[in-house]
Amino acid sequence: MSQAAPKTIYEKIWVSHAVATLDDGDTLLYIDRHLVNEVTSPQAFEGLRMSGRSVRRPQGTIAVADHNVPTEDRGEPIVDPESALQVATLERNVAEFGVPYIALQSQDQGIVHVIGPELGLTLPGSTVVCGDSHTSTHGAFGALAFGIGTSEIEHVLATQTLRQRPARNMLIHVTGKLAPGLTAKDLILKIIGRIGTAGANGHVIEYAGDAVVALDMAGRMTLCNMSIEAGARAGLISPDQTVFDYLAGRPFAPKGKALEKAIADWSALRSDPGARYDKVLEIDAASVGDMVTWGTSPEAVGDIEDLAPDPAVIADPDRARQAREMLDYMGLEPNQPLKGIPIDVAFVGSCTNSRIEDLRAAAATIRGRRIAASVRGLVVPGSGRIKAQAEAEGLDRLFRDAGFEWREAGCSMCLGMNPDRLSPGQRCASTSNRNFEGRQGPGGRTHLMSPAMVVESAIKGEISAPERPA
Amino acid sequence: MRAFQSHTGIAASLPFSNIDTDKILPGPFLKTISREGLGRHLFHMMRYDDHGAPRSDFVLNQAPWDQATILVTLDNFGCGSSREHAPWALWDFGVRCIIAPSFADIFYNNCFKNGILPVTFDRRTIDALLLDVSSPSTASLTVSLKPQTVTRTGGEILQFDIEPARKTALLEGRDEISASLDHLSEIEAWEAARQDILPTITF
Repeated sequence: MSQAAPKTIYEKIWVSHAVATLDDGDTLLYIDRHLVNEVTSPQAFEGLRMSGRSVRRPQGTIAVADHNVPTEDRGEPIVDPESALQVATLERNVAEFGVPYIALQSQDQGIVHVIGPELGLTLPGSTVVCGDSHTSTHGAFGALAFGIGTSEIEHVLATQTLRQRPARNMLIHVTGKLAPGLTAKDLILKIIGRIGTAGANGHVIEYAGDAVVALDMAGRMTLCNMSIEAGARAGLISPDQTVFDYLAGRPFAPKGKALEKAIADWSALRSDPGARYDKVLEIDAASVGDMVTWGTSPEAVGDIEDLAPDPAVIADPDRARQAREMLDYMGLEPNQPLKGIPIDVAFVGSCTNSRIEDLRAAAATIRGRRIAASVRGLVVPGSGRIKAQAEAEGLDRLFRDAGFEWREAGCSMCLGMNPDRLSPGQRCASTSNRNFEGRQGPGGRTHLMSPAMVVESAIKGEISAPERPA
Repeated sequence: MRAFQSHTGIAASLPFSNIDTDKILPGPFLKTISREGLGRHLFHMMRYDDHGAPRSDFVLNQAPWDQATILVTLDNFGCGSSREHAPWALWDFGVRCIIAPSFADIFYNNCFKNGILPVTFDRRTIDALLLDVSSPSTASLTVSLKPQTVTRTGGEILQFDIEPARKTALLEGRDEISASLDHLSEIEAWEAARQDILPTITF
């Protein structure tokens, strides 16, 4: 990475945050923003305590509980003793180490990857880490953002840096336009289907092209969020006016003259012409349809008009066996049409699809109808602010009238760590990000799709997509 | 950090690709504030039936592999969630080395922080090892980090690649935080140079 060579945006952020080159060749990378949750941090704080260390830069750190928290009544104490202990431990740790904390009762509480951007904590050109793989979400702002393990959380808390070696660069260039009614969720599922869950291992993905630039911030966050599902270390998009407009007026974003100066700097944050990529994928947005997963890996995905695969005709024996196991777990037959698979639960939420734009798209799909009697529907806003905004717009009424439960903010049914879970064998149309075995509850079956498709599926009682405008 | 130098043990075959960290340790078991005791939940869904009884058809429930300390598996092991609870559960069960054609990035990194050595080989070598370790008489492997070798029961030595920096850190069991804090003056200088633009959270 010499000074003269054309650089990718990833390389530019890397160079600007390189504090030192270490004896072993690693780089000590400065971390601007450290987001902390209740699940992956207790052992890191305990490590600090045992070694007598402090948090080096508390004002670069922010903590919130999201994974464990019940999404029913916020006034009540957490019933599950283990969850309650994790949240209480976080509260004790932030108090002891002086880390800013957003309390469960605060309207600012929510899923960490929703509230970071919403509060203006995620800024272009910055480095953002969190002990959660979906930290890639923040790349939508042109930040270098990635998930870390608990040992690294402790390292960041103690040093405000990470020991890193550069990732490779991958460009995903999306030409053309998504058809009206299709979303970033369909696009990212299409991409993962194309390159596989290990397709971007070792790489940082840069998303570019007309279809990416056309996305609003919620869409860009959805796209970057699921980069990890393609194996990428991070996903990012060059910041532009859409980003700057989003940030203006956010509580922790720069204001006035400082914002003007920042925008001037941020505007230069794009990959240079001639920058080198180790991998390039060109994809035509017109090839994207209403996408839905059929298996237990995000790469096991198809268009709603597709059939489930037939393992008998898959040549590769590993892949054939995998397909057979996935169909078996999912309770599907070879060649079964994806459209029309009956569902039991519909979930709108998670760090992938719980923003106000997602809720608006979901609510707009209802059109006065009710969800099927056989379906339980949950809508879980990503933050207290989004919940309030949705209520101000009357979206909660639309959801409730249609038969959906309207919940408090949290990770909810994305990951089976709180009371919102599938029972064994239950099938869920979900806006979340992982369809792994047991992810939404032991024995649960997950079909990933966009918010509008989840609502349409809830109404029909089976996997469906809303009719799209011609 | 724990060191890894050399290890001899029973290896178990997990011939599946994309074993995600939810499969290694499901979400409900993340509700702990400790690193200890997670081994009993390792591979919970594969290992136990709906009533909590061990599934006799799962390799880690069968002798001699119930004593396995090495896993041989397929591509992209450890994909998905960043939870370090996955390597903690592996360690607690006794796993010291995982051999696969490829690993997911965050998991791979987390292994090194916990004294577990992830080894990569090409698929042909992996297939040979899977066959070896499926038979009790050839299930024992010796893994040595310094010479970067895996020795099969028959004595054949396989050479693996590893990044020198990771190798050194793992051999030493280096305290990375201390090593990084040796650069404190550089960190402070970097911060001082950007004081006016460093994002700051105050309530």
